[in-house]
Amino acid sequence: MSEEKTDPILTEQEEAPVLAEEPAIGEAALPVEGEQAVLSAEGEAALPAEENGENNQKPVLSPQEKKIIWKDRFNRYKAWLYLLPALIILAVFTVWPIINTVRMSFLKDYDALKAIGGASFTVGFDNFVNVAHYRRFLTCLTNTMLLTVITVPVSTMLALLIAVALNSIKFIRRTMQTIFFLPYVTNAIAIGMVFMAMFSVIGGNPSQPLSIGIINTIIEAFGGKAVNWVNAGSSKVANMAVLIIYIVWNALPFKILVLLGGLQGVNKQYYEAAKVDGASRFRIFWRITVPMLSPMIAYVVITGFIGGFKEYSSIVGIFGESMGPVGADGRMNTMVGFIYDAIESGNQGRASAAALILFVIIFAVTMINMYVSKKRVHY
Amino acid sequence: MKVVLQHLTKIFPSRNKKDKNAEVIAVNDFNLEIPDGKLIGLLGPSGCGKSTTLYMISGLQVPSSGKIFFGEDDVTKLAPENRGIGLVFQNYALYPHMTVQQNILFPLQNLKGENRLSKEEMLTRAANVAKLVQINEYMDRKPSELSGGQQQRVAIARALVKMPRVLLLDEPLSNLDARLRLQTREEIRRIQRDTQITTIFVTHDQEEAMSISDFIVVMKLGVIMQTGKPQQVYDDPANLFVAKFLGAPPINVFSGRVEGGKLYVGEEAVLSVGDIEDQEVYVGIRPEGFILSKSGKLTCNVSGVDVMGRDISVVSTSSASLNPLVRSIISADEMSNITGDVVKFNLKPHKVYIFNKETEERVHFGEQIALHEKVVAEMAAEGQNYVAHAGPLPREADDKAKADEVPPQKTTWLDKVKALFPKKKKAQDAAEQAPAGEADPEAEAQVAQAEGEGETPTPAEEIDKEGKE
Repeated sequence: MSEEKTDPILTEQEEAPVLAEEPAIGEAALPVEGEQAVLSAEGEAALPAEENGENNQKPVLSPQEKKIIWKDRFNRYKAWLYLLPALIILAVFTVWPIINTVRMSFLKDYDALKAIGGASFTVGFDNFVNVAHYRRFLTCLTNTMLLTVITVPVSTMLALLIAVALNSIKFIRRTMQTIFFLPYVTNAIAIGMVFMAMFSVIGGNPSQPLSIGIINTIIEAFGGKAVNWVNAGSSKVANMAVLIIYIVWNALPFKILVLLGGLQGVNKQYYEAAKVDGASRFRIFWRITVPMLSPMIAYVVITGFIGGFKEYSSIVGIFGESMGPVGADGRMNTMVGFIYDAIESGNQGRASAAALILFVIIFAVTMINMYVSKKRVHY
Repeated sequence: MKVVLQHLTKIFPSRNKKDKNAEVIAVNDFNLEIPDGKLIGLLGPSGCGKSTTLYMISGLQVPSSGKIFFGEDDVTKLAPENRGIGLVFQNYALYPHMTVQQNILFPLQNLKGENRLSKEEMLTRAANVAKLVQINEYMDRKPSELSGGQQQRVAIARALVKMPRVLLLDEPLSNLDARLRLQTREEIRRIQRDTQITTIFVTHDQEEAMSISDFIVVMKLGVIMQTGKPQQVYDDPANLFVAKFLGAPPINVFSGRVEGGKLYVGEEAVLSVGDIEDQEVYVGIRPEGFILSKSGKLTCNVSGVDVMGRDISVVSTSSASLNPLVRSIISADEMSNITGDVVKFNLKPHKVYIFNKETEERVHFGEQIALHEKVVAEMAAEGQNYVAHAGPLPREADDKAKADEVPPQKTTWLDKVKALFPKKKKAQDAAEQAPAGEADPEAEAQVAQAEGEGETPTPAEEIDKEGKE
């Protein structure tokens, strides 16, 4: 019984592959040949040709098929085509300058004109040594560090407080927002000059300055003594104070904007829950507002640090291109100022090396920031 | 802690500054006494003011008028943190950046002065509460790492940890899936029984409210429609709204009349109702109130039978029914008696409720009078007032009046601009009306322009209409 039953199945199985073979070959050949094989009688002629291995002969394509193939190719690469303008511009104006900066920083006594003339330069760390030994380098570095380390936390804290305050009022929020945002849309040099006017003194001797600036007027109105802030004979501490006030004030609008946006995205229910739980305002601020805003705070701090290390225009605004009060040129100079001076004096190697140093510092600080925020930020 | 609400009213001012009448009375003269240690369900459709009532009890919203007492203390003007309440929000509002333990500890860490606990005490209390709601395994997780039901329990733990006098739950189960909902509602019941804290919870799900509440309050448009134990309210609805709102499948409502001591649905006298006045009525019949009978008085056309195992649900239609379908639940044994297109029912008198057509108020008849008196007596024995509302609600009347009112024609700047550029017809009229000497040269120019532009100028009104649509 069982043999009788299995036999027909076996024969069927044996027969089946034989039957299937013919159509299988036909099917396999069709896709290889492409759509055109199906289209015409020529396709049938092409079949045996391929089996013989004569693949060298290109199939004749109709214009329609060519169009399809070109369209396919276009679709495959069109993303690159659309990106091309941006890529070219980036390559010319960003990638190449970066590479060139790195190259120049390692070439001794590099000079663009000589380089065009075909001169070769020895490779080495001379430029970096040169930078480190340069008389103003340490001043620039400490100035930059000091300004950044002081202004970023101060401006962030202030911005946070102002943002929370703005968020809690309804009445004149729009107006206040506009007022706080004004510095952002105003030219840095122009503001710097206004600051200079506000802090400036005219005449008098260094110990007894004769003041017309509004700041000194206010100090005197409260019974204080006028301070020589930015003019000839002023102290570095006074210069620094003016600069810090200016930078903080200038950095506030953007930070307030970001933090206010973040605050408005916080679910009100957390505050209601905290209220029911009896949390004080101070605790609500530290335990709820700040953690909820932590992604925005991290963003503001990181961009603040990056911007801080690139501080330059504010000093030009207040002190002019001399980067310091009269009689103390370059006292308030920063890293960017240092690089600029090096370029101006025609020493591109030194400028490149300084730029590279600045880049490494910014990179390292940003990495530290990212590391800290990874632990502290609640997304 | 006994909670007493006296004449509690909340009016939300109109958002539109120009239209002062658009204010919304969310809660209207709410009077309620909530006994100590009970679980109360505030029940009603969306927008009925139940959440507003809860938030007024919590102190997050200030009542427009009325008073709130916890025990003997008037807490109406007290800040939420001083009321000794625990509140669980609909979406839990767990602090996402804190672990479960930190979330539960948060209210304790806020305590000041004498109430301040030592660190060990805080931790023990948090641990005890966590054990009560069975989340002690997850103390170090963040809320985002928990399931909905677990988050729910953390929220309850956070509310309970400071040992509140009153626990408030705002739609605590609406964010959970069906199975978790059943489980969590048992959990809430258990926790409430264990802690004996007076608990008020808000829901729009009648089944949820009925199953776990000691006492339910049915609300509509800011007004209490009825209060009572779930079974009392189900068996003895005070008005059509309550009858319709409670029960699944919902009650079947027919249009009918009482004439000479008989209740007519359509042309058939279906029930004798004894000695009550002749009137037009709504007849509510619970699905379980039908008896299949060849000599039945109520005739319906069968459109289908849903088998539910023990019972079957006969879906039928009737011309007198106000619902599109009449659902009746009968024993599965009677399945074979349903033959043909027509079924005939007799009615169980205690499952048939009659409501006056104008006031929608319940008209008790026969044995129902005794039952109703018993319910009122029972409630009185427990110190509860029987609350039943009838007649149109203040807000409904307002809405009706508003709908009838023709809104005044508003003139916007667009209309003014349009008036400056009248279309042909209007411009012609103006030109005709104006004395020849004072004819506006501009208007004349526009007439000419309009004529040149098109043969069929559309009147400005039509454009207005289209714009509004």
